[in-house]
Parts: sequence; C-alpha cells; structure tokens
Amino acid sequence: MRKQIEEIAAKILMIGATVVVAGMVVLILGTVLWRGLPALSWDMISQTPSGGYYLGKGGGILNAIVGSILVAGGATLLSLGLALPVALCLNVYFKTQSRLAGCVRASLDVLWGVPSIVYGAFGFGLMLWLGLRASLLGGIITVALMILPIMIRAMDEVIHMVPREMLEASDALGATRWEGAWKVILRQALPGLASAALIAFGRGIGDAASVLFTSGFSDRIPMSLAEPAATLPLAIFFQLGTPFPEVQQRGYAAALILTAIVLAASALARLVSHRAGRFVIR
Amino acid sequence: MDRDSIRKGLDRWGRCGMVVAAVLCILLLLLMVLGLLWKSWPILESHSLAGLFLSSVWKPHGGQFGFLAFIVGSLCITGVAVLLAMPVSLLTTIYLSEYAGRRIRAVMSPLIDLLAGIPSVVYGVWGVLVVVPLVKDYLAPLLGRFSSGYCVLSAGVVLAIMILPIIIHVGTDVLKSVPQGLREASLSLGANRWETVKHVVLRRAAPGLLAANVLGVSRAFGETMAVLMVAGNVAVIPKSAFDPAYPLPALIANNYGEMMSIPQYDSALMLAALMLFVVVLGFNLLSRWVFSRMELHISG
Amino acid sequence: MTANTHIEVKDLNVHYGTIHALKNIHVKIPNCQITAVIGPSGCGKSTLLRSFNRMLDTMDDVRVTGGVLVDGENIFAANADVPRLRRKMGLLSQRPFPLPMSIYDNVAYGPRIHGISRRSDLDRTVEKYLRMANMWDEVKDRLREPAAKLSIGQQQRLCLARGLAVEPEIILADEPTSALDPISSRHIEQQFRELRADYTLVMVTHILRQARRLADYVLFMYLGELIEHGPAAELFENPREELTKDYIKGTIS
Repeated sequence: MRKQIEEIAAKILMIGATVVVAGMVVLILGTVLWRGLPALSWDMISQTPSGGYYLGKGGGILNAIVGSILVAGGATLLSLGLALPVALCLNVYFKTQSRLAGCVRASLDVLWGVPSIVYGAFGFGLMLWLGLRASLLGGIITVALMILPIMIRAMDEVIHMVPREMLEASDALGATRWEGAWKVILRQALPGLASAALIAFGRGIGDAASVLFTSGFSDRIPMSLAEPAATLPLAIFFQLGTPFPEVQQRGYAAALILTAIVLAASALARLVSHRAGRFVIR
Repeated sequence: MDRDSIRKGLDRWGRCGMVVAAVLCILLLLLMVLGLLWKSWPILESHSLAGLFLSSVWKPHGGQFGFLAFIVGSLCITGVAVLLAMPVSLLTTIYLSEYAGRRIRAVMSPLIDLLAGIPSVVYGVWGVLVVVPLVKDYLAPLLGRFSSGYCVLSAGVVLAIMILPIIIHVGTDVLKSVPQGLREASLSLGANRWETVKHVVLRRAAPGLLAANVLGVSRAFGETMAVLMVAGNVAVIPKSAFDPAYPLPALIANNYGEMMSIPQYDSALMLAALMLFVVVLGFNLLSRWVFSRMELHISG
Repeated sequence: MTANTHIEVKDLNVHYGTIHALKNIHVKIPNCQITAVIGPSGCGKSTLLRSFNRMLDTMDDVRVTGGVLVDGENIFAANADVPRLRRKMGLLSQRPFPLPMSIYDNVAYGPRIHGISRRSDLDRTVEKYLRMANMWDEVKDRLREPAAKLSIGQQQRLCLARGLAVEPEIILADEPTSALDPISSRHIEQQFRELRADYTLVMVTHILRQARRLADYVLFMYLGELIEHGPAAELFENPREELTKDYIKGTIS
C-alpha cells in the first residue's frame, strides 16, 4: 500500500513539474504577444526611427530589422564557408580515431560552451587590433565566430549519421575522397546541413552580447560594411531602457518580431530536416 | 593535364585546405585564450591577486578593481537558478522518459525546444514585465522585506527557466542510455515502475544527470542579457535574495562604453571575460568527462 | 501420464501497431517441466514469453486480445495486480542485466521490494539462492563488490539467483545461453535440470540441440502462429506438420 502511495505522490510531482515547464512557455510567449501585438503596425516595420538621437519617438524599427538580418545572414554565410569544409573534413578525410580530429572536436566543444559576451569582448579586441570601428562588418565577424562551433557541431552530427558504407561505396568506384565528400556525402546530408545553418542563424540573430560592442547602433539602415548597424536585440534593450512609452512600444514590437523570426527559423530547420531531399537515401 | 591528374590534384589540395580549416578551429581557441590573457595582463601585473579577487571595492576611477562583489553576485544568481531548476528539470525529465506516452512527449518536445530558442533579451523583457513586479509587489512584502524587484531572486528565476531546456534535453539523453533490459529485469522481479526508477534507473543515471545540471550551471554563469535587465546591477555583495547583484557578464556589458576612457578599465573588463571563460570551461570539461566515462554522445 | 497445466493460453493475439505478431495462440504449458519454444527468428517466441509476465506493457503501441491463465487466473484481467503476477514469474533474459549494485544487493533487491527487511532474513535468502544458482562458493567473499565486475557467465547465474530469490513458480528464459561461452552455458543448463523438480520452466531457444537436451514439452512457432506442440519425444521423432519437419531437419531456420 505504501508503495502505491509513494508512486502516486511522485507522479503528481512529476506531472506538476511538466505542467510548470509547459506553462512557462505559454506565459513567456503570451507576454511577448500581449505587449507586442498592440505595438505592431505597418509603419513600425517599414520605417526607421525618427525624431531624435537613436531613441526618437516616431517611426519604426526597420533599421533594426534590416540590420539584424544583414548581420546574422552575413555571419551565417561567412561561418558556412568555414564550417562546411571542417565538418566534411572531420568525417571524410580524418580517420575515425585520429588524434587531430579528436583535438579539433574537443576545441570546438570548448568553443561551443563559451558565453557570447566573451565572444563579444574578444571580437571587440580583435576589431581594435584590426583598426575596425563598430560596424556591420565587425558585427558579422563576431557573430560568425560565435556561431561557428554551433554550426560545425550540428553539421558534424548530421554528416556522422551518413553511413560509412556510402563513402566506401564511392571509394570502391574509384572516386577520390574530395569527390566523395562533395558529390555523395553532401547530397545525402543536405537537408540536415541546411537545418544546421538555420539553427545557427536563429542563434546568431537572437544574441545581444556578441553585437553589443561590435556592430554599433544607428537609426539608419547600413549601406556599407563600414557603417554601424542596429540589431533587434540591442534595439529592444535600449528602447525598453528609456522612460518614454512610445519608445518602449517600439521595444515590444521589436521583441515580438525577433521572437517570431527566431521561432520561424527553428521551425523551418525542423521542416527542412524532415522533408527528404530528392536524392537522400532513407 | 589529363582529367585524372586534375582530380587527384583537387583531392590533394582540397584535403590540404580542409585540414588547414580544421586546424584553424584549434587556433581560434588558442587565440581567444591568449588574446584575453594578453589584454588582462596589465591589470594582473599591477594589482595583487588578493586585491583583485578578494576585495569588493570597485572604484575604477581610483584604480581600485575589487571583483569580489561581482563574483559573489554571479555565484548567488547562478545558485538560485540551479536550486530552482534542478528539481523541476529532474521531475520533468523522469516523467517524460519513464512515464509519459508518445503523445505527451510529442507535445512537450517542441515546447522545450521553443523555450530553448527564445532569445536572451526576450527573457529579459519578460523578466522586467512579469517577474520584477511579482517580486516587488507580492513576494517581498509577503516575507516582510522590501525590494525593488531587481534582485538576485528575479534574476535567478529568469535564469532557472532559461537553463531548464538544456538540463532536460541532456538528462533525457542520459536516461535513454540506460538499457531497457535493466528496467525489465527490475520489473520482472515484481517492482513497480516507481521502484524501478528510484532504485535502478536513477542509480545508474546519477552521474550523467548530475553532469547535465553542471552543464546548466555553466550556461547560467555566462548568461548576459536577461540577468542584465533584472539583476539590479549594484556593485555590492548581495546580503539576501531580495538584494540587487551585479554578475560578471553584466559588468562587462554595461561598462564597455567607458572602457577606453579610464586607464586599465579595459584590462579589468577583459579579466572579467577571462574569468568567465575559465569558469565555464571548467564546468563544461567536468561534465564532458563524466559523459565520456558513461560513453555517452551528447548532441547539442 | 497427463501433467497439470500451469499456464493456459487462450486465443492470444498480439499486435505491434499494424503488425500481427502473435496469431490465435492456444496452448497449455505443463507444470514442473521444461517447455521449450522453438522456431526461426522473428516467429514470435520472445513475444509469447513476454506476454506471460506482461512485459509487453512497457512497449508502445501494443494491443493484446485473448487471455493467459496462470493457476486459473487471467493475467490480462483489468484489475490484475501486475507486480504480484510478475513476481510469480522469474525472467532470465538473453543478455544478463545485473542491477547497478553489489552482488548481495542484486539478489536482495526482490525480497526487499516485497517486504523482507530484517538483515538476518536477507542474509539467509541471499545465501540460499546463490547456492541454488551454484555461485555461492565463488562469490561468498565478495558479496559487497559491484555486480558489474563479474564475468558474463557469472552475471547470468547471478540473474538466475536474483530471479529465484522472489520465489516464483515459473521461470521464463529468453535464449538464456546465447550470450555465454560453452562452459557457462553448460552450467545454466545443469541448473535448469535441477530446477525442474520444483519450478515450471519455459525456455525460448534457437539452438535445436539445446531443446533436444533439455525439453520435456515443445512448442514450435512460425511467423506468429503456433504450428505444433507436444511432448518432446513425440515432436522430435514424429512431427505431424510439414513445417515442423522442415525446421527440425534444418531446411528452414
């Protein structure tokens, strides 16, 4: 009898905890919607702020929307250029027990865990050393560094799941490893790789600490790499810190839009990885 | 050049290039560590270690950089967060792994992913809108205290929710790694599901579950934006959960603007970044070591 | 000489999702004998075994219709006390799964769960069943050591001792020697012969020779159906069905 009571009590606690977790999601998203929806309007997303030094009361948040997409998009592309070769190399060229591969993976593991503020500080130091000012380029480089380990790890996992036999079949037909990597493995892993890029994009666009020092802030849409770029996370942070309700409204709208973009990227990532690519073997 | 030698050349040079790229990753890590060290060197040289880490006097204008208040602030906030997150995550992980049916898991899994995906700033906004007033107007008066709401407790609550997803995700992997045959052995002896979980599954999974929590701790330590918005940011050692605190990441984020104008300030902030790096690194290595002992492959 | 029936299976059907794993099984398992369940892989032998102690409950998407009567009681009745029923049956699985505790605690786990807490009682129980599994002399000096340190053959015998310690009436063995070396296998087979005097054993095996050595009663299954069953001597010497003949001869496996 006592055993049954203990199990029932445990079950109640467990279900309670699960409900709390689910409830938190609803609560947080609900709050974002509650404050953000009323603030959302066509003007908000199609205009840049007007009427004052960064925090004018009129206009919208187009500067931050475009800025964020440019920074995160640029960073994703830049990172992709390094992540894809590394992930392929780890699985195609290195032997599975190679110590170098182990070192690389360990380093990436460490880098994955580094907080984004440290990337921001490091990126800032790097920019100073390179003579760059807070700008779109600075933001792109720093965010690219931050999302690199995330992207490589996700891609590594995806490519790892491609059966070894497929590569061996390619070898047996006389192809070089280079050809095997790009023509076979890539095709098979494509949905997963695209999904990894999307996940990294989502992480990059939502992060504030990495762009805080490095991309600057501006009321305008950046027209060149050397101009400072506003980003959504920073826009939210700054605008909510002012005492003006109109400016705060912009902050809530920005929060809603940022959350929507991140969740859309994540949903798209799931969709892409589930939908079979045309040539993928299942 | 015939076709074959082009192919071979491509293979050789391509391989070269890729290996260089891979080695660059190791170099990046080294560069980061060295860069932070180099930038923090001036202040490490000119101040005693005791003066830096054991003093809570923070007066950059006067050249005094006592980090203790920030270190303690970080520890307190992380401590509260873990205290809150550990039981909730443990119970949820066990429920989803051992009891819940497929449908409930199908609902919870995207919800947990959602929680993991919400950007830090948005957590901060929510904290300011919901948690801070809650603490200020309800919780503190209930316990007879006064609080502005921007305090250790608020930051701890927000942080706890932020680290729930990673602890649950990794914890679920750990429980999945316990062989089903072990559960069957216990069940076939006449134990019920709870006894099986309590005496067999949890025993086997304990190190891994602990390591999952350690990963959560390291995530909490490095979190910047959300705590920045709700912790209060006052450079004194917090005496209670209702007092404001100033964690290390917030220190760096708040003061970068003045970094260049006060001598050694930039070095001090880089030292703070280095401290964060080392602490987080330590926690991560610890938990990875546990996982490798359990021969577990943890997915991101 | 007719044996008493210990387990009676009536119209048992098991579905895994859309797969019909067991089809209309109808058989009586005799008391205090070794019953071997043989058949090619995938024929449902393990599923049948796992339905006896309701281990199928732990899997997703399983539908069971029909009944299994143990001592006249239908184990699939809605109000059945599953842990008590499971206690009546000991399970020895293919790969030994020692619990993550000491050797002593492994054997004592079952009795502790069922209410025996006095130290002296537990000591006696542990010794008794380790002796029954023929392990006492090997481990009596290291009862507190983790069970994981034993060799695989010893682990399997430990699992046997552990299963016996809850005092079941029936022992279900799912290919109990397939992971073991020949010497350990012989030990286990010897134990089974001795246990037959007091327990009903149901053993799934894909080793025909093992079935010939040990079985008193045999069930032959193929693709989820029970093709033929009967006393071992009859089934092996004079199988009635073509499929049975083919399997025994080795034409299908």
